[in-house]
Amino acid sequence: MTDNKLINLVNITKSFGDNIVLDDLNLYIRENEFVTLLGPSGCGKTTTLRIIGGFENPDKGQVIFEGKDITKTAPNERQVNTVFQKYALFNHLTVAENIAFGLKIKKKSKEYIKDKIKYALKLVNLDGFENRMPDSLSGGQQQRIAIARAIVNEPKVLLLDEPLGALDLKLRQDMQYELIRLKNELGITFVYVTHDQEEALTMSDTIVVMNQGYIQQIGTPEDIYNEPQNAFVADFIGESNIIPSIMVEDRLVNILGANFACVDAGFGHNKPVDVVIRPEDIDLVKPEEGIIKGMVTSLLFKGVHYEMEVQAHGYDWLVHSTDLVPVGSEVGIRVDPFNIQIMNKPESEDEEAVELEI
Amino acid sequence: MKIRNALNVKTPKPPSQKNEGSSLGIRNVKWLSFPYILWMVGFIIIPLIVILYYGLTTDDKSFTLDNIGAILHPINLKALRIALEQSLISTLICLLLAYPLAMILSKSKMKSNSFIVMIIILPMWMNFLLRTIAWQNLLERTGIINIVLKFFGLPILNIINTPKAIILGMVYNFLPFMVLPIYNVLIKIDKDIINAARDLGANSVQTFLKIILPLSLPGVVSGITMVFVPSLTTFVISNILGGSKIVLIGNVIEQQFRIGNWHIGSGLSLVLMIFILISMAVLSKYDKESEGSGLW
Ligand SMILES: Nc1ncnc2c1ncn2[C@@H]1O[C@H](COP(=O)(O)OP(=O)(O)OP(=O)(O)O)[C@@H](O)[C@H]1O
Ligand SMILES: [Mg+2]
Repeated sequence: MTDNKLINLVNITKSFGDNIVLDDLNLYIRENEFVTLLGPSGCGKTTTLRIIGGFENPDKGQVIFEGKDITKTAPNERQVNTVFQKYALFNHLTVAENIAFGLKIKKKSKEYIKDKIKYALKLVNLDGFENRMPDSLSGGQQQRIAIARAIVNEPKVLLLDEPLGALDLKLRQDMQYELIRLKNELGITFVYVTHDQEEALTMSDTIVVMNQGYIQQIGTPEDIYNEPQNAFVADFIGESNIIPSIMVEDRLVNILGANFACVDAGFGHNKPVDVVIRPEDIDLVKPEEGIIKGMVTSLLFKGVHYEMEVQAHGYDWLVHSTDLVPVGSEVGIRVDPFNIQIMNKPESEDEEAVELEI
Repeated sequence: MKIRNALNVKTPKPPSQKNEGSSLGIRNVKWLSFPYILWMVGFIIIPLIVILYYGLTTDDKSFTLDNIGAILHPINLKALRIALEQSLISTLICLLLAYPLAMILSKSKMKSNSFIVMIIILPMWMNFLLRTIAWQNLLERTGIINIVLKFFGLPILNIINTPKAIILGMVYNFLPFMVLPIYNVLIKIDKDIINAARDLGANSVQTFLKIILPLSLPGVVSGITMVFVPSLTTFVISNILGGSKIVLIGNVIEQQFRIGNWHIGSGLSLVLMIFILISMAVLSKYDKESEGSGLW
């Protein structure tokens, strides 16, 4: 990844009728960066991609590519290829013809095209599918053909709209690995859309969390996970306990009536804040050793860990632990200071709206 | 059977709809097709058998191929040739007019498609005969068009009772049958398929030739069938707009039935049917090649 801004979206606004889908969106994407747009259904991820791809015109704002304004440039003149959310394969052409489409337009040699088809099919694990028709393929196979059709063109930027959504876990992990390898080999910049936060966290250099047409937070996966800027991000990325609390003073927060040490400062005295604590960061100890006492009310086995709910001081704490604590046990709750994330209460109306959504 | 299928335009299906129509649902509604089968037997199969019988027998009920051979009579052969020419020309004109029209309509941002469809079929609410007679009045030497032309000092139009008038009548009457199936396939082409072609570098002409046109071929084939068949067999249009000067094969057949010669009339009808079957077989072959799967 370089510091070169390859794509720059400036003040993009887009509405469909009365529905404002993107509101004054600003976002830049650096060369060879893997950027993931993450957010709930309908938040405008696809619309953002379509504006970069040129299939949708923004009402306001500009799309800058390598320093040039391409807002009005036709899709076929952009150095961008797209993997569409609904695949959009050409059903009247064979798999091979689908993959060859872009290369034929660019008048590549027969030999080159043949090699590329073979290479791409191997990459997406569909060797020998050359002569199949798209509608004879399963959803996951069609999706992989859509990926193959886009990557053979070796574009500067690849836009991928939930490209692995129809695949099973194993295949998805293989494809994630292949895509990352491809990105590093060919130096392609990826703009990736997914619902799957785990996928976003493992693959991305940068995650853009969106909600209702607004960007909530931009950051590295670590930033987004460990230091969510607001309750929406905290709630959307991973599971978390979001508890309204009072910041007593620097490095001391009062959660549900008990004082916890924390590492944040600069919020002022006795200020209402939201506290985020990840379920895996809560330590269950003997009742007398805890800062807060409570009782285990439910227990679920989740494979790697147990998921428990602990009723304490009127709040149901979500706890992940590898140790089993039976339902009905009295327990104490402790949290290490650096695992307590303090967030300002939302102030603006937009943020308020976001808060209500949750 | 094949003509009925021509109305069932095959369109590109999104992958998700593949497993529709479980056997359960179909079994439950099977009895619903009973009236339809009754209709087919009563009004399609039986008449066909009757025509076959008359076409292959003489007055004294003995077998003969003479009725079919009657097509070789120079007058009948000429009528068939003219009918083929005229219907091919009018089908071609319909196609050239309908395709761009269907493209424009399918792209229009108009909210309700049903409104567009209504505009196209609105003329069909009027009786077919009336519309054709109206054209006769319009085109007549002293008709409205010529009055207007004369008024502006322009040369008058002299096409009534010529092949041109018949073609005009065919195009006017059958154009909607070409527009609708093409329009229907065009609006069903997913916008993202076109976007994908543009995305992969195709300009609008390439996108049209490589994507839109092949995907719309099933509609074109239906349209051609639905215009060509009635054009080939019509006798009303040629009667009204062609005077008695231009005799199409349809006119010959009509006259045979009118003078009570059912055998010759049926024999010639069978010949016409063979032509229609051949043309549809040719079309379906083209369609198969382009679509990967058959329309019929
Ligand atoms: N062509 C359109 N006409 C009208 N509204 C649209 C159109 N395209 C998108 N929208 C609306 O814009 C909003 C954002 O849509 P978008 O497809 O960008 O969401 P998304 O984030 O990709 O969601 P998902 O995760 O479900 O794919 C939605 O409310 C949607 O209904
Ligand atoms: Mg989407």
